[in-house]
Amino acid sequence: MLAFIIKRLFNAVLVMLSVTFLAFLIFRFVGDPVDQMLNEQATQEQRDTLRDSLGLSDPFLVQFSKFALNAAQGDFGISFRNQQDVLTMIGERFPATFELVIVATLISLFVGLPLGVITAIKRRSWYAETMQFTSIIGISLPSFVVGIGLILVFSVWLGWFPAFGRGETVDLGWWSTGLLTPSGRMAIVLPALSLSLFQITLVMRLVRAEMLEVLRSDFIKFARARGVPSRIIHFSHALRNCLMPVVTMTAMQIGSLIAFALVTETVFQWPGMGLLFIQAVTFVDVPIMAAYLCIVAFIFVFLNAVVDMTYAVIDPRLRGSER
Amino acid sequence: MLLGRMTKTALLGGVASALIGGAATAENTVEWGAARDIVSMDPYSYGDSYTINVLNHIYEGLVRYNEDLELESALATSWEVTSPTVWRFKLREGVTFHNGNPFNADDVIASLDRVTAETSPLKGNLPAYKSATKVDDYTVDIEMNGTYPLLLNDLTNILIFDKEWLIEHNTEKPTDVGGGVEGYATFNANGTGPFVLESRTPEAQTIMSANENWWDEPEHNVDRIEFRPITSSATRVAAMLSGEINFIESAPVQDLNRLEAAQNVEVLERTDLRTVMLGLNRRETLVDGDENPMNNLKVRQAMQMAIDQDLIQEKVMRGKSRSAGALVAPSIPGYTEDLDALVDVDVDRAKELLAEAGYPDGFDFLFVCTNESYVNEEQLCQAIASMWSRIGLEPKLDIGPTAKQTPKRANAGADVYTIGWATLPMLDAYSILVQMLHTKEDNAGVFNWGGWSYPELDKLTQAAAGEMDREKRLGLETEALKIAKDEIIMIPLHQQPMAWAVSDEFEQFPQFPDGKPRLWHVEMK
Repeated sequence: MLAFIIKRLFNAVLVMLSVTFLAFLIFRFVGDPVDQMLNEQATQEQRDTLRDSLGLSDPFLVQFSKFALNAAQGDFGISFRNQQDVLTMIGERFPATFELVIVATLISLFVGLPLGVITAIKRRSWYAETMQFTSIIGISLPSFVVGIGLILVFSVWLGWFPAFGRGETVDLGWWSTGLLTPSGRMAIVLPALSLSLFQITLVMRLVRAEMLEVLRSDFIKFARARGVPSRIIHFSHALRNCLMPVVTMTAMQIGSLIAFALVTETVFQWPGMGLLFIQAVTFVDVPIMAAYLCIVAFIFVFLNAVVDMTYAVIDPRLRGSER
Repeated sequence: MLLGRMTKTALLGGVASALIGGAATAENTVEWGAARDIVSMDPYSYGDSYTINVLNHIYEGLVRYNEDLELESALATSWEVTSPTVWRFKLREGVTFHNGNPFNADDVIASLDRVTAETSPLKGNLPAYKSATKVDDYTVDIEMNGTYPLLLNDLTNILIFDKEWLIEHNTEKPTDVGGGVEGYATFNANGTGPFVLESRTPEAQTIMSANENWWDEPEHNVDRIEFRPITSSATRVAAMLSGEINFIESAPVQDLNRLEAAQNVEVLERTDLRTVMLGLNRRETLVDGDENPMNNLKVRQAMQMAIDQDLIQEKVMRGKSRSAGALVAPSIPGYTEDLDALVDVDVDRAKELLAEAGYPDGFDFLFVCTNESYVNEEQLCQAIASMWSRIGLEPKLDIGPTAKQTPKRANAGADVYTIGWATLPMLDAYSILVQMLHTKEDNAGVFNWGGWSYPELDKLTQAAAGEMDREKRLGLETEALKIAKDEIIMIPLHQQPMAWAVSDEFEQFPQFPDGKPRLWHVEMK
């Protein structure tokens, strides 16, 4: 087991190194930060001096190894644009993104699960068909369109929810939460809804497919033969057997949601990591971009490793390689 | 039943909007929905005039612009030129910083030292600065490298810090990004200005409240400014329509009709100082290695003659821009009406000119544009490209984000490119002459991306730099601009529109020609 974990960790480090390497390759093509750091009146000499002092004139491999060495020690440098410590900046914004993702995930489960069950057991009814059809729209609509649509209806026309921002926040140690204030709770509704729409359809379709599978199995037939009420069969016996893949998928999707929340965050001016990243791109703020990609890669690698290790604990066959 | 449901909805809505608007009470609050966040609370941190403008509510300079962009006294009450290179400033007495410290000559010296330090990105804002000395507590001498007429213009952007505060927080030097250390002034502020920083959450909000002890007689009756960046323009407009904010300083051109149609919203429009123009490659060869036809004046004339500025104004800019013949806007010193004469569109004559120059079949070249630097830039470039193809030219359009296009434009990777110049922060034609039109040498011609050289223009520019008599200096600048116009160094297009939207809570909301909101002139109902 120990060898397995060490191997996983080694793989994780390798993945992160390659992500950083690729990221650095891309950065060479995003442009020159110095042009935006100095204003129109700066002279050529001042521009060159700054470029040198930032280490941007160093050869690519030197820049990369410097970054990798510092990053390994937890030092991502300071932002070109905001002149703040990068890790602190990302740390300050992580709670906003994380809360958004968690609320979106909860919404997707609370809405997606029942819808999946209903579309499976009443699959020939008109409303199940309609829901199936609508879910295609949910999957295919780009999230910025959904976001703008929600803002138009619920902020501009109805005036129920704020169009942007996070409302008032409360600090719990280093974690700032918007969930404890009324304005914070109002503010999270639209972005979370917009982020969860894709997730809802995913959960719904997964549950439906699993349910159809399970409903054909012998123990369900047996339960029906024993005269167990169908409500109990559906929601207790069948649904419980569907949950395993749903839970796995939801856990894995948290990583993607964190990574892809950036569109939603931009539309709703949600002060999270994604917004930070998008703005870093426009200003060619290399330290922020590099750190963000590393951290998102880390989240993915971490979730994958945890899932793999759990599987290894559950399933002895996966541990075979140590022999 | 239906009625009941409707009332319920209305009630819910009422409750919700009460919750949203909870913060807005009887106080006069400007809820400013900005297109982007400021980068730092430190005005010397990043060469960004937008940040300096917002911070100008908290910090002040020795002089400032009034509503007509004329210089007026701020922290300095008077000034005189004591020798050709030395300016003497009398400082305002009885001014205090927000932390209660008195303002005096030491603060001015410490600030000037800080902004001209080796690592300061704003060093270029004081190009001719040599040193500053304290004469007495309220008198400062500033020495320049040579005669330099534009010191006052430059000083409007040098915001003054409190020396004791800088020392106390160990931040007498500007933050050095290369060094990788944060600075105290990045997160905190202590100025003399009309508003005091209350709190800041980057990317979310920056709150300022009125300074009760401001030295100036306040014209405004604003108690509080809530500065909230909303980068997505659709969201910004939505927030304006739903009343969550009451001021936006960059209303998208395509949404102006919508905003105008809304009740309680007023759109304020005028043209910006920024002149958008085309720069031309003037090296020996084009990017693809062919001989460069654009060194022939006839070719440049043909290219200019083919561009229908009226059509661009009407279609691309939706009638909101001002077609330009000069390289600077009318309110910039150095402008004259003669310079601003437009060139008549004449497709046939343009074709003839190309033929006379030896290119009857035209030629192909790389046309580099960005997609977000200027208003509707993509459509603008497409329109120009198709106008050029009417006379037989074959422009190859290359459109991308600014950060990606700038290195191409700056390093001989473009044959034609778009560039805008507002002469900010100097507000004088000298800015474009020395930075863009001058031959690229030493510190001049940083934005001379096409590689042209007009020694006569250079001479006039240098003469203007040392001419202390305003009328004579402007005469020299106009003459230099005339050369640029006759030789078609740049092809001017237009001054782009600038639109703000404000709610009906405001009595008076002056819109400055340089596009910078100065909320200490705002009056609310």
